[in-house]
Amino acid sequence: MLDFDFHDIEPMTMPKILILTLLIVAFTNPVMAQSVDAAAQTVKIALAQEPPQLNNMTATDQVSIFVLGHVMEGLTRYDRRGNLAPGVAERWELTETSATFWLRKDAKWSNGDPVTAHDFVFAWRNVVDPKTASQYAFILYPVENAEAINQGNKPLTDLGIQAIDDFTLKVTLERPTGYFLKLTAFVTTFPVQEKFYRATGSAYAADSKDILYNGAFRISDWVHSASLKMEKNPNYWNSKAISLEVIDAEYITADTRARLNLFIDEKIAYTQLDGETYKDALNNQFRIKKFVTGSVYFLEYNYRPERITHNKKLRQAIQAVFDPDEFVNKVLQTPGNLPGASLFPSWIMGVNKPFRQEYPAVVTRPDLAKAKQLLREAKAELGLEDIPPLILLVSDSPTATKQAEYMQGMLKTKLDLDLKIDVQTFKQRLAKMTTGDFDIVGAGWGPDFDDIMTFGDLFASWNLNNRGRYNNPEYDRLVRRAMNSNDPEVRMAAMAGLQTIVHEDAIILPMYEQGVIYLQHPKIKGMRRTVVGSDPDFTYARIVP
Amino acid sequence: MLKYTFGRILSGLVTIWFIATATFLAMHAVPGDPLMNEKATTPEIRENLARKYGLDKPIAEQYVIYLGNMVQGDFGISFTQQNRKVNDIIQDHFPVSAALGILAITFAALGGILWGALTALYRNQLPDIIIMFLVILGISVPSFVFAALGQLLLVNINQWFNISFLPVAGWGTFAHMIVPSLVLGLGTMALLTRLMRSSMLEIVNEDFIRTARAKGLSPSRIFFQHQLRNAILPVVTVLGPQIAAITTGGFVVELVFAIPGLGRYFVQAVQQLDYTVIMGTTVFYGAFLVFMVILVDIIYGFIDPRVRLK
Repeated sequence: MLDFDFHDIEPMTMPKILILTLLIVAFTNPVMAQSVDAAAQTVKIALAQEPPQLNNMTATDQVSIFVLGHVMEGLTRYDRRGNLAPGVAERWELTETSATFWLRKDAKWSNGDPVTAHDFVFAWRNVVDPKTASQYAFILYPVENAEAINQGNKPLTDLGIQAIDDFTLKVTLERPTGYFLKLTAFVTTFPVQEKFYRATGSAYAADSKDILYNGAFRISDWVHSASLKMEKNPNYWNSKAISLEVIDAEYITADTRARLNLFIDEKIAYTQLDGETYKDALNNQFRIKKFVTGSVYFLEYNYRPERITHNKKLRQAIQAVFDPDEFVNKVLQTPGNLPGASLFPSWIMGVNKPFRQEYPAVVTRPDLAKAKQLLREAKAELGLEDIPPLILLVSDSPTATKQAEYMQGMLKTKLDLDLKIDVQTFKQRLAKMTTGDFDIVGAGWGPDFDDIMTFGDLFASWNLNNRGRYNNPEYDRLVRRAMNSNDPEVRMAAMAGLQTIVHEDAIILPMYEQGVIYLQHPKIKGMRRTVVGSDPDFTYARIVP
Repeated sequence: MLKYTFGRILSGLVTIWFIATATFLAMHAVPGDPLMNEKATTPEIRENLARKYGLDKPIAEQYVIYLGNMVQGDFGISFTQQNRKVNDIIQDHFPVSAALGILAITFAALGGILWGALTALYRNQLPDIIIMFLVILGISVPSFVFAALGQLLLVNINQWFNISFLPVAGWGTFAHMIVPSLVLGLGTMALLTRLMRSSMLEIVNEDFIRTARAKGLSPSRIFFQHQLRNAILPVVTVLGPQIAAITTGGFVVELVFAIPGLGRYFVQAVQQLDYTVIMGTTVFYGAFLVFMVILVDIIYGFIDPRVRLK
């Protein structure tokens, strides 16, 4: 039996102890290293989440790709100016039917072994292996037989990749692919050493010691959900070109306000802002930087025959009242977003200039009278007195809901059209998109690789991401034409045809091109923002005194 | 006592089985496909993933396999972090939540008892009114507000004094724990204060207190020896479940202060429909809760002999 005796405790003791503790903490707490250090060339950042998948063959999310882009390297890479440059491959030769890569002999894994052509063969076979179930297997579809193998119709060894010797790699292509080299800079195509992979069992990339690195940095310390530290990799072939010694993600949190607070407190040197934290950043008089992410957001219609959004006139009526400028200024409110005009974002390259400069998108100016006329025609075609409420499926983020409410109000006042907003969590929304349980869905598309095709084939009838099941033989024909050609003129002309179809058929309602705003410590130079791959890229960054 | 303890443990096991079954059914009833992601996958790839996680089997079979593994203490592999075991996740992150939680509960219990006793002593006087106002605030304001305010306050303090008084976020040292644990314990402290106050007030008017006073005992002796010890019982009762609730992680506090606790996994798993992590964390939390309740029942027997006699 315990005996509680409160006699001996003086009433004042507790507060005293507390104050004492706080004082001790306050004065013994060393002044911690700040967010950047020019002498030691270190930079501290925060990650938005724990990288869920550092196995480059299956990684799909931004944080994992950010980390992998710093600690691993493919056949090619992007240099400090954002141009494609040699990576593990020293030189290459690309033809309509094949690509040959000559690997440098000084590219090494972090255990000292050389990076060989066999490491690529192993990794690429693994990516398209149906057992791996990699969601990014399609990145390798330009390689001969990749798609057939991925669907279980051919054996792994039929993949068109071959190690001629340790340092020569030959890739046979399924079709002419002008952008193939760009794919070899993407994480999915990075090498993996078979011996090491097999030794880790199923735990490859589960921890920092379970990965072999061949990039500019290596993970020296990874405490799950707490911190991830990358240090300069002494085995990297080009390590003399790397200035930064340490990229230290000392914090992992999705809370943008917490990250802003850390930035104010000079604990991190870079953070992205959102609508909420933007004003606070302004109040702190920080210099706010802008960057267009490369993603396009739009409303996608359901073309399944039982849906009334199948009717073209109805879609055109909505197109004729939507004003993307007003939408960007009134609804989005953070700077940096561009009004939506096309399926293709403004940064996508055409033949010599950005595609949208070579082939400007046709934009419908809002025209209420025309819209009303189109709606009358739609009703007549559908044989309906009134259009029943349309279901608008959106995700449960505050911004998505706000955008949906704007559409609801706008269509009601201008066209007397009713929208029923169906807010769903991430997985539920995906399930409904896949089964077609919607009339309109709020969707977006970000580029997977740096070529116009990453957007162009989105509404091809065979594309599984074409959630509304849009099916137009002319669209398909143009996609095929662009796919089977290496000639930029032919490809871009085909894409211009697509752009026109997207507009005239009102396949989607482009809303905006996403822009983000962020804060960056003024002493960081050479941090590169990029629309594809590892973003932001610290590889060639340095800290100035 | 032994029979009593044994009985409690047995009913605890049944409770855990029930929790596991209910979670399993509820989870599978939630619409949405756990294997689906932003990028559409071919039916072949989805099939392969389903096979990997055993989702291709009928639900009844999945349930049996799941229970079998659970009894052996194996919760499987996470869906979102495909190379990480759920057991490892619990092992890595529960100690973090627990450390933070223990500090929070210490703070909450000490504060609750102290403030509760004070309000009872100064009943209807100014200290009582002020503290009870703060208590209502503590109970009704959600923790994310306190978390955000607490962090903002820290940033401002650090800016004013131009020194790192306390870290704004992160994990690793005792200094990192102070503010998050205060925030985490605030709600519980308010709850305990109210409980303590009412049970103190009940006791003040009991016969044995009057007798003690009549005997001429000093007020401090009456307060500590007779009032406090009797009034503390209901506090101990709720402390058990509260410890379980707090130490398994405050999602919001962990998010705001960038703390690698289990709470984040607990909530994110549900959003991501990460079946194995949902099951692992829920069953673990349930088992821990049951264990704490049993523990409190046993401790109760020590503090209050009347419980044992029954």
